[in-house]
Amino acid sequence: MAVVSRGFQGRRRQPGAGLVPPGQYLVDDFPVLSAGPTPDVALEDWDLTVVDESGAVVARWGWKAFLELPAEDVTVDIHCVTKWSKLGTRWQGVSMDTILGGIDTAAEFVVAFSDGGYTTNLPLADVLDGQAWVAHRFEDEDLEPEHGGPARLLVPHLYFWKSAKWVRGLRLSDEDEPGFWESVGYHNYGDPWREQRYWGD
Amino acid sequence: MRWLVATVAETVPETARVVTLRLDVPDWPSHRAGQHVDVRLTAEDGYSAQRSYSIASPPGSERLELTVERIDDGEVSPYLTTEADLGDQFELRGPIGGWFVWDGTDTAPVLLVGGGSGVVPLRAIMRQHAASGSTAAMHLVYSARTVGDLIYREELEALAGPRRAVTVTLTREAAPDWAGYRGRVDAGLLAEVGWPPSVQPHCYVCGPTAFVEAVADALVGLGHEPGRIRTERFGPTGA
Repeated sequence: MAVVSRGFQGRRRQPGAGLVPPGQYLVDDFPVLSAGPTPDVALEDWDLTVVDESGAVVARWGWKAFLELPAEDVTVDIHCVTKWSKLGTRWQGVSMDTILGGIDTAAEFVVAFSDGGYTTNLPLADVLDGQAWVAHRFEDEDLEPEHGGPARLLVPHLYFWKSAKWVRGLRLSDEDEPGFWESVGYHNYGDPWREQRYWGD
Repeated sequence: MRWLVATVAETVPETARVVTLRLDVPDWPSHRAGQHVDVRLTAEDGYSAQRSYSIASPPGSERLELTVERIDDGEVSPYLTTEADLGDQFELRGPIGGWFVWDGTDTAPVLLVGGGSGVVPLRAIMRQHAASGSTAAMHLVYSARTVGDLIYREELEALAGPRRAVTVTLTREAAPDWAGYRGRVDAGLLAEVGWPPSVQPHCYVCGPTAFVEAVADALVGLGHEPGRIRTERFGPTGA
C-alpha cells in the first residue's frame, strides 16, 4: 500500500496513456545521459566489428561499407531508466539481423562494446527478429555525438542504457556477462514494462 | 529494490528555488557519496509520479538529505520545494548508482566540477572527505549564475581547508566586490585552478547536459584521461 503524500495532486497529463511504462513520464526534448566524456572518433578510423564466442573476428565494416548495408527506417518509443520516455522517435539504421545474419554461432548472449569503454549485455534473442538496429540517423539527421553518433545500438523494447552509444562492436558469448551499468546496480535485463530498473527489481 | 517511507524532519531553504529536505528514513541501508534515490509521490486516488534526486548527505549522517531545485513546470520538484512540510511523507528507494561515487579510501586527487544544482552530489563527496579525514587532495570548482543562486555557500566556505579547495565562478552577474571568478567553467579556468593531467586526478562532473559536455570536453582537451572522468547529467526535463 503506497504512502499518500499530503497535498500532492500531480500534473495528471497522460497524453501517452497506455504507451508509457510504469514510473515513466513523457518528454519532448531528448535528454543526454552518459557515464563519461563524449568520444571523438574520426569516421575514417571507425569500424564495426563482430567477434564470435571463440574470440575470432567474424565480421568488420568500415564507415563506408557500413553505410552500404541495407538501412531501415524505424519509428519507436524509447524509455530511459532515469524516468523519461519519448514516443515516436524516428531512426535509420542497419538491422541486427543483417549484421549478424551471416554468422554461424551457438552463443546465447551478446555484449555490445563502445568507444570510451562502455559495454552492455543482452540475450542474443533480444537483438534478432527485427528488434534491434545499429542506428546512424535520427529524425533525418546524422546522429549527433552526444546522442551516440556516429552510430549507436537501438533496442527500444529495453531501457535505453541497453541501446549503447558510440557502438563499435558486438561480442557473442556463451555466458551472460554483466555490462557497465549492469555491474553497478542496474538490472541485468531491463524490461521497462516490468519496471526492471535495478538489481532485485 | 524496496520502497521506504521518508518523513520530512526539517526543511532548509538554500536559495529562492532550492530547498534541502532532511528526512527520517527508517531502514535506510546507507549509501556511498555521489549516489541518488528515486522519489515516488502518490496522491489520494493512487495517481503517482517518480523522479530521481542526488543524495546531498554523506554516508553515516543522522538524516538523509535531498537538495531539490524547483522546476516551475515540473511535477515532483514543486511539491518537494514548496508543499512538503514537517511530518509529511513520501516514498523513496535507493541508493542507486555505483559509478558516480567516491568512497574516501582512494588517495588519488579528486577534481569535482559542478554546475548549478549539479553541486549536490559533489557536496556529499566533500562532506565525506571531511568526515573520513581523507588525505586525498580535493578541489571543487562550482559554477552558478549569481551569488543568490549559490547553494551551500557558507558550508562550502567552511569546508575549504588545506586539503579541500573551493573555487566559485559566477556566470551571469556578480557584484563589483565579488572576489571570485566570473564566467563559465572552460579550459582556461580548469587549466588555471584544476590540476595538470600528470597529477591524474579522478574527475567528477555534474550539471546540466551542456555544462557537462563542455567541461568533460575541456578536461579531455587539457589531456585528462577520458576513463578518469565520471559524469552525471540532467536535462532540462529533470523535474
